[in-house]
Amino acid sequence: MSPGFQGRPRSAEPALPPGQYLTQDFPVLSAGPTPKVPLDTWEFVLTTEGGSEFRWSWDELMSLPQETPTVDIHCVTRWSKLATRWQGVSLDTLLDGVDTAARYALAHSYGGYTTNLPLDDLRGGRAWVAHTFDGGPLPAEHGGPARLLVPHLYFWKSAKWVRGIRLFVDDQPGFWETAGYHDYGDPWREQRYQGD
Amino acid sequence: MTDLSYLDGNMLDGPLREIFAVDLSSATGRCANCGTTGPVAGLRVYSHAPGLVGRCPACADVMLRLVRAPDRAWLDLRGSTYLMVPMPLDQPHPGPL
Repeated sequence: MSPGFQGRPRSAEPALPPGQYLTQDFPVLSAGPTPKVPLDTWEFVLTTEGGSEFRWSWDELMSLPQETPTVDIHCVTRWSKLATRWQGVSLDTLLDGVDTAARYALAHSYGGYTTNLPLDDLRGGRAWVAHTFDGGPLPAEHGGPARLLVPHLYFWKSAKWVRGIRLFVDDQPGFWETAGYHDYGDPWREQRYQGD
Repeated sequence: MTDLSYLDGNMLDGPLREIFAVDLSSATGRCANCGTTGPVAGLRVYSHAPGLVGRCPACADVMLRLVRAPDRAWLDLRGSTYLMVPMPLDQPHPGPL
């Protein structure tokens, strides 16, 4: 690089989705008590529309290829946090070899939370089962042992304490999606509530 | 043939206005999961969330969800089999139709 070459100047304010503000801390949001899930009984279950199940224990999840995404996250309560560092297993890896004609997914969690996404949004290097945040084990209040990480959608789609994903031919709205929140939740289109 | 056995939902406006205008913290709710019955004020409410989540103090199942948008609100009571609302005796009421 030639001396003095600075490239394009960065704008002072980072680009955020509409209606969002930047935060440096990591707010804890929860719709219920924090479940305590021992690693020796933890499991992740992928269930196809035909009822076939694919299960991973904690050790089996750890033995899969690991990725280390650094991503911006956007909560529907209007905070955004930039360049968060995670480690986890790509949903591409978990879905590899799963024979399905489903178009929709419903993530379900220890504690009973659910959230729905199009299956396509879990593919293409855009979604992970994340177990490490900022270099350490994901704390329980942030969804540990493991949470879904789908940063291109509002963060309520990134189900904490994820236990599995069920695949469906038809869309099955989840916990917040059945109570007024948007079915898809694209922060760049500000899809907060139904009809947005 | 026209079915005359039901009325248009517009008729609920008055009766529901009477219910929803009251202080619901003094209402009694019944958990659809475990049947525990108690005051709405006794629910465990999780408010650091995209909406308010009221959980049964006995079984922790969700009894109430309240989501507030700037121009709309959603009240989800599927986890409650009923809300019993105290009504003043001196108020005229229609009784069963």
